[in-house]
Amino acid sequence: MDNKEKQILVTIITLILIFGGYAFYVYQKYIEPDFTIVNNFQFWGKAFLILIPVTIVSQIIIHIVFAIITKIVTNEDLPTKTDERDKLIELKSIRISHWIFTAGFLLSMVTLVLNMQPYVMFITLIASGFISGIVSEIVKLYYYRKGF
Amino acid sequence: MDKIVISNNIRKLRFHANEMTQQELADKTGVTRQTIVAIENGKYFPSLELAFRIAHIFQTPLESVFSFDFQNEQNKKTP
Repeated sequence: MDNKEKQILVTIITLILIFGGYAFYVYQKYIEPDFTIVNNFQFWGKAFLILIPVTIVSQIIIHIVFAIITKIVTNEDLPTKTDERDKLIELKSIRISHWIFTAGFLLSMVTLVLNMQPYVMFITLIASGFISGIVSEIVKLYYYRKGF
Repeated sequence: MDKIVISNNIRKLRFHANEMTQQELADKTGVTRQTIVAIENGKYFPSLELAFRIAHIFQTPLESVFSFDFQNEQNKKTP
């Protein structure tokens, strides 16, 4: 497994940990004490807006740590250059993740049509964003390993 | 429609170019070593630009680096 594939694995693991940790934190701190907050749109707006910078900053920190550990252990620098194959794999993974997110978005609209609670729509939206992000990385890993 | 099977002689050409390493070829063509590995193993087919760059490095025509053959669907099924 080369460094590029290791980087993708690290991204997948950190995405799961960050999202899981954030969801657990929000549930413990806000939802568990007062379940009625799930019908408050302001709460969901804040939850969405805070999740984005938390994910970005955490990913950056973890990748820096990973780069330092890789340098210490293997004395190799992580690849920073992207070539035509990397760009093609990126495009393919983005295309698939967009389709998944679109499907999730449509599903969230279906929950409204079915007259479900609005929080079901928000959870569906967050879940589809998370799943599309994970699938995007898995698709990259697949193309790097199997070729195309 | 028949499938096209593309093969390459990059490994052989590297050997004849004073055993050029994959990293050296990658640096000269402006791609990563992983891409050269993928091309050699037939896991990735390069763009026309990269294919010409590789041929230029080895000072050889493109068809000496890459070759293709039609794989008949019927032949593929029979062992």
